[in-house]
Amino acid sequence: MNRQPLARYEVVIGLEVHTHLKTESKLFSPAPIRYGDKPNHNVHPIDLGMPGVLPVLNREVVDLAIRLGLATHAVVNKRSVFSRKNYFYPDLPKGYQISQYEEPVVSDGWIEIEQSTSAKAPAKNAASVADTVSKRIGITRAHLEEDAGKSIHDAAVAGSDDTHVDFNRAGVPLLEIVSEPDLRSPAEAGAYLRSLRSILRYIEVSDAEMEKGQFRCDANVSLRPRGSEQLGTRTELKNINSFANVEAAITAEIARQAAILDDGGEIVQATMAYDPETGRTRVLRLKENADDYRYFDDPDLIPLIIGDEQIEQVRAAMPELPEQKRERFQSEYGLSDYDARILISNRALADFFEQATRAGGSPKSVANWMSRDLLRELNECDLELEQAAITPAALASLIELVAEGRLTAKSARDLLPDLVREGGEPEALMQRRGLEAVSDSGLIDGVVGEVLAANAALVESIRDGDDKPLNFLMGQVMKATQGKANPGEVRRKLIEKIRG
Amino acid sequence: METLEAQRVGLDAGDVSSRELVTRAVARARELADRLNAVVGLREEAACAEAAEADERHVRGQLRSPLDGIPLVLKDNMVQCGEPTTCASRILENFVSPYDSTVVERLRSAGAVIIGRANMDEFAMGSSTEHSIFGPSRNPWDTDRTCGGSSGGPAVAVAAGITPFALGSDTGGSIRQPASFTGVVGMKPTYGRVSRWGLVAFASSLDQIGPFAHSVRECAWILREIAGHDRRDSTSLPFPVPDFAEALTGDVSGLTIGLPREYFVEQGADPEVLALVRAGVAELESAGAKVVEISLPHTGYVVATYYLVATAEASSNLARYDGARYGRRASGVTNLEQMYRRSRSEGFGAEVKRRILLGTYVLSAGYFDAYYRKAQQVRTLVRGDFERAFEECDVIATPTCPEVAFEIGAKTDDPVSMYLGDIYTVSANLAGLPGISLPCGLVRGMPVGMQMLGRAMDENTLLRAADAFQRRTDHHARRPPEFS
Amino acid sequence: MSRITREDVERTAALARLQLREQEIEAMTRDLDRILDHADLLQQLETEGIEPTAHAIPLPTPTREDRACSGIDPELALRNAPERQGSAFVVPKVIEGQES
Repeated sequence: MNRQPLARYEVVIGLEVHTHLKTESKLFSPAPIRYGDKPNHNVHPIDLGMPGVLPVLNREVVDLAIRLGLATHAVVNKRSVFSRKNYFYPDLPKGYQISQYEEPVVSDGWIEIEQSTSAKAPAKNAASVADTVSKRIGITRAHLEEDAGKSIHDAAVAGSDDTHVDFNRAGVPLLEIVSEPDLRSPAEAGAYLRSLRSILRYIEVSDAEMEKGQFRCDANVSLRPRGSEQLGTRTELKNINSFANVEAAITAEIARQAAILDDGGEIVQATMAYDPETGRTRVLRLKENADDYRYFDDPDLIPLIIGDEQIEQVRAAMPELPEQKRERFQSEYGLSDYDARILISNRALADFFEQATRAGGSPKSVANWMSRDLLRELNECDLELEQAAITPAALASLIELVAEGRLTAKSARDLLPDLVREGGEPEALMQRRGLEAVSDSGLIDGVVGEVLAANAALVESIRDGDDKPLNFLMGQVMKATQGKANPGEVRRKLIEKIRG
Repeated sequence: METLEAQRVGLDAGDVSSRELVTRAVARARELADRLNAVVGLREEAACAEAAEADERHVRGQLRSPLDGIPLVLKDNMVQCGEPTTCASRILENFVSPYDSTVVERLRSAGAVIIGRANMDEFAMGSSTEHSIFGPSRNPWDTDRTCGGSSGGPAVAVAAGITPFALGSDTGGSIRQPASFTGVVGMKPTYGRVSRWGLVAFASSLDQIGPFAHSVRECAWILREIAGHDRRDSTSLPFPVPDFAEALTGDVSGLTIGLPREYFVEQGADPEVLALVRAGVAELESAGAKVVEISLPHTGYVVATYYLVATAEASSNLARYDGARYGRRASGVTNLEQMYRRSRSEGFGAEVKRRILLGTYVLSAGYFDAYYRKAQQVRTLVRGDFERAFEECDVIATPTCPEVAFEIGAKTDDPVSMYLGDIYTVSANLAGLPGISLPCGLVRGMPVGMQMLGRAMDENTLLRAADAFQRRTDHHARRPPEFS
Repeated sequence: MSRITREDVERTAALARLQLREQEIEAMTRDLDRILDHADLLQQLETEGIEPTAHAIPLPTPTREDRACSGIDPELALRNAPERQGSAFVVPKVIEGQES
């Protein structure tokens, strides 16, 4: 098979993201939202679809939807309508899901994605922003709906053939955010998701943690011959549950579709699932008998009316958006565009930066340490910043130790893995590991003398005007002092002694 | 002493205790069970305990409301925590509610004593109380005839003197029509007046809870206690509740009563019924009301509109009865689909299945616009009819039903003819208006109801006109001969 | 308008998760046909441009404060369960391809 289907076909991707909203209580019931409880321990009769229960809309959810609308340059609709989507499933307690269908709360928005021009995938915690182009991705709509409960089918978990049903999640508020089919590669799809997630977290609309099921993604994928304007038949990839899988799943689906098209076959409309084990997609079910959800306005809920006043209140209380933050970082802290872009790429990084600065680190050094060493370390440990043990204050004091000459930059870098994994005070750690810089000039003089004596030939060639061996000699001294000597001082002493 | 007012007087005078009233009501419910089948579940012990508390309040002079200490029955579709609610359906035969409906809470704080649950058409779908797992309730005026429905049990309980009042629900006439058939007063308030929280839904945009009693004044007392804004119901009206009884001045001078020309054509309606209603209106005219002819031009379309809207909503409202979390699950099912299909097929009766199918059909792809959306548009036209009519009059008077109570079994094979009997009542639900049915005489020994409709939120004027009628007539004092 | 066929009834029953006996299918086909025949009256009315009424009250939807209650006792939640294990509801297995 041809390994480069995208040379012949253009892929058209649209994403549907379901994101849990950050509220205390559910969309239509006052039951609490908690993760990890025992089954059915945070349910209200409303969440169980008991006879006679009625929904009442959570006000905070409306504010969060408005916030998303404002953050995505979208229209916040003055009137939106809750509809019933009718189907039977064990985790759907009422036999219908309350959702918005013809009149969603938010429509016609866009966000910008940063796309690396190099083939390398961007780093986990920050896009590699050196060579990027930005692209605007349309958001068709965002609508409110209730989440379903959980059906546990796994025989190993349930201990039998039966399905166990838990309604703790039933009724948790969701925003379904539907993109335009503007995405043209798996990488763009990944970039869109990261960017959207970053915005959601910035504006505190959602924690959007994929592993908690708070941020879920379906992808509509179709191929068309390069140069063609006509859209191909699309398939829908359901419930892709990690960022890594999104790009892999779309790539696999592209390969599957391309193979069919190459053989002169036709794509059949279907719902697909991606299996990370095999790296392939498979048909979950065909869409030939299109679902008949019998949408109609929910008679228990009157249309939602949003006034200008409410929109203005939300606007006034809106957390700073990534773009605004980038501009402020450049003007307030004098950061380069490069550093600022990296630091705003997620809310946690930006907050960490500002906290470290407030703890006394100079903005420029904090930015340097974060964008190079800290991010590299996080990537190596496969950790998100929030999961790391290092505090902003610890980074600030690490930087201060270097600035005071008590710790060499190299030693500081050596301490970083421990700080990231274990946390703790840099100064205490430095002392425990015996990495405090050697400032004892007598000791350094002694080592320099020994190194020069052992390398007389090199000393000669330096004296003859060849500076190259100097670095080697420095390395020898540093090695002998276990990196604790101040490199500037070592160099100065070496030159002094050689040149006499 | 079987009216609410008489029981109130008796309690206040110390002639009788709440315990006695409750014990007597329970005994009468049992006594009439075989012949009338009105009450399908009694909570004797709890009711007696509550009556004893009411008697203590009486001693302490801490009367909670005019309903304090008075027994009643609830239609079996309003939930009470720890008590069964069946909706007269096999699918809910063992259901026990984990929470209270708002009306139950309000009745409790008014001191009223719920003695049990009354029969109904399954899920309130029907006009005869024949479609019930408990079997049909019978009309105390002629036990071969139906008592109407779907709130037949509550109507019969009041008509036969089991309890002096009862609560029913009205989606297309389900309070007014059985009130008419059994010779009692039945009222449907403005949509949103009484909270639907805990009322098992049939058609959410039409359902409304209301009272049965012998007099308009008593209905005003009851409504005062059960009405009012409820945050748990998004369609509850956020307006204060007036003291409805205060509005009952007996004065109708200056009031204009509209007679819709389309309701008085003798096509399909019993001429004797129409004559009694005309006579009732004449009574009010002689008391000083002005009578004008009005037009409700879309009357011929209301039954079709109603059945499309109501069944569409019902098909969705009844999807939750799937055998998964509560209610009946068919035995021996081995997979999910089987559980759904068999539980629902065994659990629902024929009329409910018919309406679920109709509602599912009119919402399904390809038919939505032609039926459901069309019906919603005609609903707009029907509302417009009433808006215009109420520019010319304050209250509309009509027959409640085209005929007196029909014989049990007469219409069970002909759903369309059963549905067409609702022609005078469904409009009030489509337009959300308050309506009341009052006894206005007998035809061939069977009661006839006069319906009055009012403006939305204006129960006061409606009740005033209806009360004025009762002050001048004694139709409401008539009792079924065998059950008085 | 078109007349109701047996296939219509079967398709609709499948959507509504009702399993009808042969006799019921015939009766329902006949009844639905009669009811919709009556409903076809509405086609006489010109309704172009008329707003549909979904609710009888012209108010915006109310909202509630985002405050959580404790939820109901799980025992109360499960009290009516036809089958349970621990605090989970139990239903028979879903056959592949059945999910919606």
